[in-house]
Amino acid sequence: MIETVASMRLPVDETLMINKNRIEPVDATGEKKRISIVTGTHGDELEGQFVCYELQRRLQEGREHLKGIVDIYPAMNPLGIDSITRGIPQFDLDMNRVFPGDEEGPMIEALTKQITDDLAGSDFCVDIHASNIFLKEIPQVRINELTADTLVPLAKQINVDFVWVHASATVLESTLAYSLNSIGVPTLVVEMGVGMRITNDYCYQLVEGILNLMKENGLWDGPVGPVKEPVISSDHAVGFVNANESGIYLPLKNIGDEICAGDILGRVMDPLSGKVVEEAKSPIDGMVFTRREYPVVYSGSLLGRVLGGDM
Amino acid sequence: MLKENIFSLKSPYREDLRVTGYRFGGGEKSACIVGAVRGNEVQQLYICSQLIRRLTELEERGAIATNHEILVIPSVGHHSMNIGKRFWAVDNTDINRMFPGYAQGETTQRIADGVFRHVKDYEYGIQFASFYMPGDFVPHVRMMETGVQSTSLANLFGLPYVVVRKARPIDTTTLNYNWQMWDTNAFSVYTNKTDTVDEVSAGQAVSAVLRFLTRMGILRYNSHSGYIATIISERDLALVHTKNAGIYRRLKFPGEEVRFGEPLAEITHPFEGTVLSTILSPTDGVIFFSHDRPVVTEHEIVYKIIRRLHE
Repeated sequence: MIETVASMRLPVDETLMINKNRIEPVDATGEKKRISIVTGTHGDELEGQFVCYELQRRLQEGREHLKGIVDIYPAMNPLGIDSITRGIPQFDLDMNRVFPGDEEGPMIEALTKQITDDLAGSDFCVDIHASNIFLKEIPQVRINELTADTLVPLAKQINVDFVWVHASATVLESTLAYSLNSIGVPTLVVEMGVGMRITNDYCYQLVEGILNLMKENGLWDGPVGPVKEPVISSDHAVGFVNANESGIYLPLKNIGDEICAGDILGRVMDPLSGKVVEEAKSPIDGMVFTRREYPVVYSGSLLGRVLGGDM
Repeated sequence: MLKENIFSLKSPYREDLRVTGYRFGGGEKSACIVGAVRGNEVQQLYICSQLIRRLTELEERGAIATNHEILVIPSVGHHSMNIGKRFWAVDNTDINRMFPGYAQGETTQRIADGVFRHVKDYEYGIQFASFYMPGDFVPHVRMMETGVQSTSLANLFGLPYVVVRKARPIDTTTLNYNWQMWDTNAFSVYTNKTDTVDEVSAGQAVSAVLRFLTRMGILRYNSHSGYIATIISERDLALVHTKNAGIYRRLKFPGEEVRFGEPLAEITHPFEGTVLSTILSPTDGVIFFSHDRPVVTEHEIVYKIIRRLHE
């Protein structure tokens, strides 16, 4: 059943609506667990759109196996998705920095408060992101160290390659995931693929993972394909490679490639002089899990990340 | 006056970004003033340019006190200003959400780091800042509640109002917040415009800074004493929301006194021209902020009013 969970009238003959689709078991009696799938907070991240479609297709196909409620929110920032804008158009605001919202605040904060209220009470939430237009990411779950004890066991069930437990940062307290985790909704942030594109294989992989998460927690008893055992970052170093020159970057390694310290990840070239101005080298042995896709780089542009150690 | 390059960043296709500092006097690092960090902060750039002009004249007359140095950085974000963007032109990140910066990090973190290294050791830090909501303010000094803020010092600018607001997670990466964390007394000065030049309030801001520097013994300058500021906590302002979306016609402006129930603005139907709602003042007071776009959404904050204050 499609419902509008938050809405605001726009100036001229249009209403901004945040919609969800609730899919319930055939036998919908009694108390059921609820999982919420949210995506589209950043308008340039589209991987989650295919996940929403494919997950619903699988659920409809095996409806008799559904034992809990699935709420799917494909577009938290519909104006952004519709206008190829990462933030909220007009305000130039990152929607993932205004949670949990405030009903007495400006329009956007009142809107995010309505969304937070609707998500409250979910037993689990999966917040799907797709990096940005610059970087491609291997399927991974990112977890604030403060919530690692609760979330790492769940992240192991969701069929990603990598679980990155990162340090807590005050600025991230305005994210949807932080806000939901704070009110007792265990929320996994998935990052995968690249902005403005859909990587089919990653989407199928995550759908399998969501079904597995549901199965492990009593919301699904249908078939689930093989699930990967993710690498957990706390056992491994993470090496960052940033450009120190500006120019056009051509990567030489792919996501998932095993490399050694000193191996060249890619080259920054100057099209005007026809020279290579920088060779970007891996600082550690390991696996490439982030790869720059957008060629124009400045000093500081992230070119890649390497997960250290034997996989 | 010594004009120097504070930071530069090579661009692949444009001239390098050069952040220029103007140093007056010498000795103790007494005051640092920063202008346009974002690309739409034209008023902030203009104020700094006028301040540099005045300080140059004053220095030539020997008006800068011995053993006091003043650094003015008129612009950080002009690479964005030159192409009509508000944020960093390549990845749309906000330099004023990257402080204290990181020399090995992403491009805007490197810019913030390059600037912060030069501005962090001053006793007083003044930023001409802007707000994300579209609208006009009464000129004021704004401070974040960090536990080390001093409203009595802010009063010495002689502007009509000093506003104290609780720092939110997203504020922890601003220049103002980080100045305070590094033991600089930090003030954000707001005039009534951002992306257009308002000569009157720009002149008021220049005078306020010169007055402050004089009162701190950094400058010898005779100026009008200004106001004894009214200290306001932002959470005490009365917020006025729209009930309808449509064409917005404001009837009252910042600085005006209003009575309870007095009409503040009208919202008209965008097609039919009929008045959909008249926004009435919820309190006696003085208008602190008003929305200035010709259209509004539902539930937008269009006025902030200082309660029970009279001109």
